[in-house]
Order: sequence, then C-alpha cells, then structure tokens
Amino acid sequence: MRYRLPGASTPATWFHKPVQTLINRAERLRNNLMALPPGLYLLLFFAAPSLMMLFASFRYPGEYGGLAPWYYVEDEQFSLDFTLENWLRLFESSIYLGLLFKSLGYALLTTLICTLMAYPLALMIARSNKRFRDLLLLLVILPFWSNFLVRIYAWMIIFSPQGALTIGLNHVTAALGIEPISLMFSSTAVITCLVYVHLPFMILPLYANLEKHDSRLLDAAQDLGANRFQCFWLITWPQSLPGIYAGAILVFIPSLGIFAIPDLLGGTNGIMIGNVIKQQFVESRDWPFGSVLSLVLTGITLLLVLLAAKLGRTAGTDNGK
Amino acid sequence: MANKRPSKALLSAGILVYLFLYIPLAVVVIFSFNDSKLNAEWVGFTWKWYEKLIHNDSILRAAGNSLIIAIISAAMATVLGTLAGLAIHRGRQKWLPALVLGPIAMPDILIGVSLLLMFILLNVSLGMVSIILAHVSFCIGFVALAVQSRLAGMDQSLIEAARDLGASPWQSFRLISLPLLMPGIIAGAMMAFTLSIDDFVITFFTAGVGSSTLPLEIYSMVKIAVTPEVNAVSTLLMLVTLTLITALSKISPTVLRQ
Amino acid sequence: MLEINAVSRSFGDFVALNNVSLHIQAGEFFTLLGPSGCGKTTLLRLIAGFDQADSGQILLDGKPLCALPPEKRPVHTVFQSYALFPHMTVAENIAFPLRMAKMSKAEIAHRVTEVLNDVRLPDKAKHYPDALSGGQKQRIAIARALVNRPRLLLLDEPLSALDAKLREQMQIELINLQKEVGITFVYVTHDQGEALALSHRIAVMNKGEISQIDEPSVLYSYPDNRFVADFIGQCNILDAKVLSGNEQKVNIAIAGLGEIAATANPEITFKSGDNCALTLRPEKIRLAASLEAEPDEALFSGKVHDMLYLGDVTVYIIELANGVLIEAMLANDAPGRTRLFDTGDAVQIAWRIDAGHLVP
Repeated sequence: MRYRLPGASTPATWFHKPVQTLINRAERLRNNLMALPPGLYLLLFFAAPSLMMLFASFRYPGEYGGLAPWYYVEDEQFSLDFTLENWLRLFESSIYLGLLFKSLGYALLTTLICTLMAYPLALMIARSNKRFRDLLLLLVILPFWSNFLVRIYAWMIIFSPQGALTIGLNHVTAALGIEPISLMFSSTAVITCLVYVHLPFMILPLYANLEKHDSRLLDAAQDLGANRFQCFWLITWPQSLPGIYAGAILVFIPSLGIFAIPDLLGGTNGIMIGNVIKQQFVESRDWPFGSVLSLVLTGITLLLVLLAAKLGRTAGTDNGK
Repeated sequence: MANKRPSKALLSAGILVYLFLYIPLAVVVIFSFNDSKLNAEWVGFTWKWYEKLIHNDSILRAAGNSLIIAIISAAMATVLGTLAGLAIHRGRQKWLPALVLGPIAMPDILIGVSLLLMFILLNVSLGMVSIILAHVSFCIGFVALAVQSRLAGMDQSLIEAARDLGASPWQSFRLISLPLLMPGIIAGAMMAFTLSIDDFVITFFTAGVGSSTLPLEIYSMVKIAVTPEVNAVSTLLMLVTLTLITALSKISPTVLRQ
Repeated sequence: MLEINAVSRSFGDFVALNNVSLHIQAGEFFTLLGPSGCGKTTLLRLIAGFDQADSGQILLDGKPLCALPPEKRPVHTVFQSYALFPHMTVAENIAFPLRMAKMSKAEIAHRVTEVLNDVRLPDKAKHYPDALSGGQKQRIAIARALVNRPRLLLLDEPLSALDAKLREQMQIELINLQKEVGITFVYVTHDQGEALALSHRIAVMNKGEISQIDEPSVLYSYPDNRFVADFIGQCNILDAKVLSGNEQKVNIAIAGLGEIAATANPEITFKSGDNCALTLRPEKIRLAASLEAEPDEALFSGKVHDMLYLGDVTVYIIELANGVLIEAMLANDAPGRTRLFDTGDAVQIAWRIDAGHLVP
C-alpha cells in the first residue's frame, strides 16, 4: 500500500566545500571591484581633505597665509611643531562663540518658519485630488532648481532701498512718525532668504509623510467625537513628526553653514559663521583657525545627522535622505 | 488622504506659500525686460539687456566653462555613482554608504574649504581640473541614490531568472540589470549635470584665475551692483533648468523627490 | 533522477534545512508542501543554484550540481512573481534562454512561435508583460522556463497571485502540461488543496525537516504524525495511551472517553504504555439523533456545542462526556435542508474503528 524511499546513500562531499568557496570568492571579488573606484575617489576627495583639515587645525599659520611647516630641524634635532593655540582662540573672546550661537539661532528660526509655512502647503497637497498632486509638487520643486544665486538676487531686488517694498513700508513708517527703515543688509533679509532657499527641503519630506496617512483615521476620530482641531492635534500632528524631523535636518544643516546669503544680504550685522570661515580661508588666510571653525561646524553637523538617524529609527518611517 | 478635501483656510494658506515661492522669481524675469537701469519700477519693454549679454565676453566664457565642467563632472559622477549605487545595494561594504552620502549631508562650505586646503597643500593648481574633481565628489552621492532607489524597486528574482535561464553574471547584468537601471542612471546623470552647472559654493573655493563659471560670474556682478543684465542671465538660466527638469521628469518622475 | 542527500542550510541561528534527503523520480510531479518558514523555498533555491548548502549534496542524473552556477544547471524556475523581464516583449522573454544557449535566429523564431501556440497566446508575441493578465503572465513564465527543455522544472508557488477561479483552471492546465511535456516538476506550495490536486507525490515539510513523503491519498488517509494529520485537511486529534495491541488491533485509552479499539499502523509498532494520538477525519464520523452501534464501531453520546453552515456541508462541534470536543461533518444533501441539528441538541456519533488512524 505505501512505499518508502530507499535509504539515502552516504554522499561523497569531499570536493563540495572548496568549489563552493570558490564561487563565493568570485562573487566577493566582483563586489569589491565595484565598490573600489567610488570608494577610492571619495577617500581621496572627501575623507582625505577632512583629515588634512583636522591636521591643519593644530598647526601654526604660515607667514604669508597657508600653513607653517609641521616640523622643524634645529641642530640636527627633529621637532614637531603643533599647537592648541587655534582651538584656544575660539574661547579667547566671545566673538566667535557668539557668532556661532547667533548662527545656530538663525538656523533654528529658519527651521521654525519653514515648518510653519511648509505644513499648510504640504497638507494641502496631500489632501488634493490625486491627479493634481504631482503637478502641485512640481511647482514646489521648480523654484528650487533655479540657480541658488538667482534666488538670492531676487531678494536683493525686492529688499533694495529703491524697491517698491521698502518705499511702501517707509510711507507707512512716515505716517506713523517712526524713523524710516532699511530692509537691505539686515537679519530680517538674511532669515527671509534662508527660508526662501530652504523651504522645499521642508515641504517635500513633510508631504511624503502626510501623503501616507490613512484618512480613515480622521473619520474614525471624528466618529468618536473629536472636533477638527482635536483631529489635527491628536491624529495628524503626532503622525507627521518623522516628516518634520527629516525636514528640520535638511533645512537646519545647510542654513547653518551658509555664507552667500549673509554675504549679499546681511551687511555687517547679518554675518554668520560661514562668512568667518570663508574669510579665514580666502581673505585673512589664517587656515589653522579656519580649520578649527570648520571642524566645529562639522562636529555640529555630525551630531545632528546622528540624532536624525536615531530619531528616524525610533520613528520607524522615512528620514528624508 | 484620499477623501479628505483641503479646507478653504488650508487652500488659501497654501496659495500664499506658492506666491512666496514664485513672486521673487517673477520679479527677476519681469525686470529683465525693463528699459531702466534700476530694478525699481516698470519703464518699458526692451531686449537690450539680452543683447548686451551676447556681447559680454566674460559671461560667455564663464558659461562655456560651466558647460564643460558640468558635462565632464556629470559623466565621471555617473560612472562612479552607478558603481557606488550597485555596491551599496549589495551591502557588502559597511563603510561605503557613509562615504558616499557624507558629501550630501555636509554643508557645501565644508567640502569647499577642505578641498581648497588639500589642493593647495598638494600643489594642485586651482582651475577647471580642481573644480571638476570637487564637483564629482559631491555628485557621486546623488547618482548613487538615484540608482539605488531604482534597484530597491527592482524585483530581485529578475536577476535570478536570468541566471536560471542560462545567462552568466555579466550577461544578466548587461541584458537585465543595466536596461532596467537606465532611467535611474540617466536621471542621476542629469541631476549631477544640473547640480554641477548650478554650484556656487564649492566652485567658489576650488576655482582659480581664468576658470570662472557662470555662478561665480553672477556673484561678482551682484557683489558690485545690481544691474538688469544679471536679470537677463538669471532668466536664461531658469529657462535652461526648466527644460532640463521637464526632460528629467519625463524620464523618471520619482527621482525629483529625493 | 534528482537525489538530495543529507542537505542542511542555516541562516545565522535559524536552521532552514536540517539533514534533508529525498529522491525524485523522472517524470514525476513532486510537491514540497509546508507552512511558511518550513524550508521548502530554501530547498528549491538550492536546487536552482541561487544558494549553496552548508553540507550535503544534490545530484541530478547522478552528477553533483553543487559546483555549477545557476546558468549551467539544466534546471529552470517559474518564479512566484513570474519574473518576466519588463523591458522585453513576450517573444523576447521566451527567446531569452534560447539566446543564452546560442541558438540560431531562425531556430529561435521557430521555437518561440511553437511555444506561444502551445500556451494558446500566439497573438501576444509583440506585447510587453505589463499588458498581460495574471493568468497570461503565468503561462508565459512557464513557456519561457520550458522552451529549451530543462531536465527539471521548479515552480515556486506559481499560482499564489491568481484568484481562486483562475487558480483552479491553471491547476488543470498544469497537470495536462506536465503529462504532455513529460518533464519532472518540483512544485513548492503552502496550499494543501493545491498539493493534493496536482502531485504524484508530496513531501510535507516542517521546521526544516521532512515530515512525510507519500502519494496524496496515502498522505491524507494515513498521516505518519500529528503535524501531517493537522496540516492536511481537517482532523480530530485525540491524545491517547496504548493499552494493548497486536498486528491488527490496538486498544487505546482516551482521556474522558475510556477504552476503545483502533486499527494498528502497519509502519509503526506500538507497545502498551506508549503515548499516541488517534487521528479522525470529520467526514468519517456518523452523526444522528440516535445511532445503533454496528460491529467494529465506537459510539458516543453528546450534544451539539457549535455548528458552522458551509453550504454543501455543515460542520458540527460535538461535546462528549467530560468536555471532549469532536468535529463531525455532514453533507447537506437533501433539497432545501440547511441543518439537521441545532446548538444544544443531544446527538450520538460513531466511527468505524478502521476509520481512525494511530500516530505516535
């Protein structure tokens, strides 16, 4: 009635293992060959410069800019010539730390304003008819693809003293009997432009998050007695936090390091840490101190990226990049 | 969010944000046709700023430089970025993602000054070559992302099916993976091109005498004075990117969202 | 024809296959059946060459396969997702294995037309896979895998993406196709109904090991162990203890029911005192308001605890003395009759002692 397998014969496996390792080795080799060119390139043109900068931050500035040699030979004695001076200079006066905190403040304010402006737009797009969503999204991205300097230049025109905005505003101030104001070369101008340039970075991740929300949750909340505000505050808002974190990182980091916007719109009051870094490398040519400032900025960026990665993991969903 | 319509308040807030995004650019475009040296009030229509532009040698030279730099960096970044995307997808080298995505996460100025430092210390003369080397290093990541997202959406069993039906590893890459990755690679290449031709910050630090690019040229013009000639260049530049973006969205609509 | 000898495969701590051996005969429709994670797909991937065994050996026609990459094995796979190349037309998809085998253009064209006729989709040659329905994709995937006559065709849950109606139709097509081409099929599924309908033989797998290999009817009527009894069809499994036994009959004690007789399993010898289980299919139980026990029948009284009306049949859960629950199934064959009994009705059940089957 039933039939059984003949007992399995003992297999000859002596050649099996080596051949298998050979196949795996070929696979590994292919993998490494693929990673090698981009890996080497970025080691050379991304990792190496960063390390050289770390090295430079402990050296003395050169007589005519640049760096002094990192060793000297005296009486056939070889000596290293490193210093902590550049790092201490950071704390010597409140100028640099103050500027750093001011830059952090600008970046934070930019992030907050971006969130406030991006939220309604992202929500509007997410709640629009599916057919229009791609178009509405494209309209957000388009200005972002026009040249960075053109976008700053646009605000130079708007804020210029001869511009309609300034003249109009000063009609109002004159009527109220206040001193005429200048929009150009102010922190207002810098932050407005920072928001303008970085707004899409907040809208896109926020939209990506909001679009995934299940609208039936809102129906359920309403059904269970929540009003419109409660629906938003208890359902939509908490779910959208991962999108906001992602957007905040994408806005905060580039805002912090910017130099072109304060350079063109900020005047002397509006400068940020980026301007000082640029100044150390291009104008005063004090590379060691410039390196110190850059490394501080790098450190802050790394911390933020790690924080974002952690938040992204705990939140579970998309973290932007 | 399928059946939840935006409310009136939401709609008007959204429209205001769109206005905030577009009015500044509209101002630039409108004043590029204004027959006045000041970007203040409308005087009359003119083409003269565009005509002046055609005779501005330094702008034309800079535009040429930008184009050459963008083409070469995009080509290099596409090859390296595609390899990086493939390698990251296989996930064998744990260090690779940090290296590839690092330049995207870092503020531009840090990449710019550290490269400047290295080029000077290694006696690399600043010019087209140094700019291209710098551009490639920050474009690789964007290409890798485009390729990788394409790979992530690809059914892994397609490759296995090819091998199963008799294709060697190389044949299955050439006949299956590569054609399926092509939209991602092209989108990545165009993105690298746009990023390179638009870049100001990194170029600012790695450019030397005679290697000025269009953004650098605009910067120095703007630094000195606001003239409608800048509006004209900007308008033309917008037109070029608009064309590129349209082409890009035709090839791969999703890639823009990264 | 295909010999799998003591194959093991682990992924980290997870043992996907533990010392699996089986032999598949030429021309057989052989199914690997089991719940997800039982190792059936891992085994399929080892045969196809997408993965390497940690130990053990796979022989095809007596020759070891392990050293060969997938492309060198005369084994083709039909994937769960079909894996049709989206950038190639149907004809180009089918031509792919022939191209790889360096066949001439004319020969390829001829074979492709022939195969497309075989699967009754001759007008789809120029279409792209996106334009095909699920059933059509399925047929093309099979055509592509069969076009250059592999020794062995592996099918990885190929019908799972289809709806129920279409699945039945494809099952019939698969049986006919296999008869026609005479190629050995190794079929992976978690659907026991599909396995019973299609296969010559089935290997039931559980936790990386083979539980039983048999023909469908044997597997259904004479499960070797509780897992197989439970996994295939509906089954009452009653824990029991062997009291005494001989070649034909075993006396067992079931908690709550007392001492009853059961037919011995010729494969397994039970000693008195052994723990065992009586497996009893619901459709083999007689059910009525009152029954007269026939010789060689076990009879019990109880009441209807629950019932499920399923259209063609009704399933009754009968509560016997001491709370033992037994599932019985009755055909609703009289016209207009929807149910015989209601919840709470007193009933009697009986089964022939050879209807039950003892497992360790």
